[in-house]
Amino acid sequence: MWIVRRGAFYLLVAAIVVIAVFPFYYAIITSLKSGTALFQVDYWPKTFSLSNYVIVFTVGTFPRNLLNSLFVSAAVVVISLFLGVTAAYALARIRFRGRSLLLVTILSVSMFPPLAVLAGLFELIRALGLYNSLFALIFSYMIFTLPFTVWVLTTFVRDLPTEIEEAAIIDGATPWIIITRVFLPLMGPALVTTGLLAFIGAWNEFLFALTFTSNNEQRTVPVAIALLSGNSQFETPWGIIMAASVIVTVPLVILVLVFQRRIVPGLTAGGVKG
Amino acid sequence: MAQAGLTLEIAVPTAGRSQLMRQRARSAWLFLAPMLIVLAAVAGWPLMRTIYFGFTDASLADLEARQWVGFANYFSVLKMPSGRVVYDGLLVDPVWWRAVWNTVRFAVISVTCETILGTIVALVLNSEFRGRGIVRAAILVPWAIPTIVSAKMWQWMLNDQFGILNDILLRLGLISTKIAWTANTDTAMIAVLIVDIWKTTPFMALLILAALQMIPNEIHEVAKLDGANPWQVFWKVTLPLIRPALMVAVIFRGLDAFRIFDLIYVLTPNNLQTKSMSVFARENLFEFDKFAYGSAASTLLFIILGSLTILFMWVGRVKLGGGR
Repeated sequence: MWIVRRGAFYLLVAAIVVIAVFPFYYAIITSLKSGTALFQVDYWPKTFSLSNYVIVFTVGTFPRNLLNSLFVSAAVVVISLFLGVTAAYALARIRFRGRSLLLVTILSVSMFPPLAVLAGLFELIRALGLYNSLFALIFSYMIFTLPFTVWVLTTFVRDLPTEIEEAAIIDGATPWIIITRVFLPLMGPALVTTGLLAFIGAWNEFLFALTFTSNNEQRTVPVAIALLSGNSQFETPWGIIMAASVIVTVPLVILVLVFQRRIVPGLTAGGVKG
Repeated sequence: MAQAGLTLEIAVPTAGRSQLMRQRARSAWLFLAPMLIVLAAVAGWPLMRTIYFGFTDASLADLEARQWVGFANYFSVLKMPSGRVVYDGLLVDPVWWRAVWNTVRFAVISVTCETILGTIVALVLNSEFRGRGIVRAAILVPWAIPTIVSAKMWQWMLNDQFGILNDILLRLGLISTKIAWTANTDTAMIAVLIVDIWKTTPFMALLILAALQMIPNEIHEVAKLDGANPWQVFWKVTLPLIRPALMVAVIFRGLDAFRIFDLIYVLTPNNLQTKSMSVFARENLFEFDKFAYGSAASTLLFIILGSLTILFMWVGRVKLGGGR
């Protein structure tokens, strides 16, 4: 009886692992195939050809798209952390009128459907002359990174002991000094969590990137992959799409696995979906 | 949202410190200003403009040349010369209502499945066994993969001619002919659901796992000593204890599911059976040159989601209060 139960349990565990990992594994196998081998279903890697990867990096704009994604995501992380830290200090440590209303408002922005702002953002971005530039993306991504950055950081700052700040006030430190010299050094873990989540969010974003850029050179990776197509409608280059998919996913998977202990608490606090 | 309301205050100001407090309140607004300005620019103002565009006849080609048309995008009555009366607008557009129905169906089924499967995965991860770390890492993989990439990976696996899923099902004898999963009207929504459930169950599992780990072990020990079987322990002890966290997770996921765009847009393009409200709105805005009509649809989507948010928060809070 015990053995049956244990066996059933491990069968369930095995099923979870296989289902979770198989699509990624299959994408890797496919990306290593070339020519007609693609049209034969294989469960194990039989061929090993890097030709799809060579094509991804030499034909078309994919390397440029990778750099675009990297630039946009890094800029989004830096800007939202900067805005988030100063705001979190004020929201967590300073008592002023309208604070709870403000927190609720910020939180409600994270519930906005992106479509509700798409038309207005499009007009604004065109008026600012940002259309078809990476700055349009950096700007618009603030709508989803700022609310949870502010929220998570506020929760974190609130839980820091008040004594350290009081000591700094007695020493005559200004709020700016308190933020940069007292709090910032203590906020490492929270900054890593929120920074990572903001990075992943910006790296994966599709709707704004699709709408606010119009040529291949300005696109980010998700849009580039979605729009990758062959010479005709019936000739989808699956090998190349899978190679590109693997390239954008591997860094993320590594990042998430390395920092999993940091990401999970952030998820619970911010309720962010990838 | 997880812990609604941050209610900690700094020490109550005494007479001698009020000067300092005023100064701090001033600096608070200074520190908040950049963040608030950015949020107003990316969220507040665009939302207003979207709502406004919904009341005009703006077109993508020339946004400036627009006129106020009132509720015409939502509902209008046209009297034909022949005397026939024609109703027009979103509220009588069958394609819009189809999109609403698709979205609701998708949200309800996906969130239900993800909650049940997420609970099972969380219970597995919460028990002690060899290799738990590997399983935990493995379920993070679907979450880490960008939505567009997972849509493409699955599109390939679901391919009618060369897809591995048809191959597996044929080998197992579950189907007799190959199925065009993403193109068939009957299976397109199933394909979308499969991919979404695969991708999002880990997120639910992690939220539920966090709640499970807060339960002290003794509670389960006591229940077992009292002779409860594992099934009873789950329904009578574990579930009530994790219900508040479960509610929060379901609300988050539910609201998220109502906004779905990426997966459907890429996995099943131009498919009336899966078109969600977001896809409908964007199509009209940028592909059909019906900018104003799309804005009106976006506004309706916002109203629907706003009402749902308020409803969920209200229900959630009542349950949270009653559960303690």
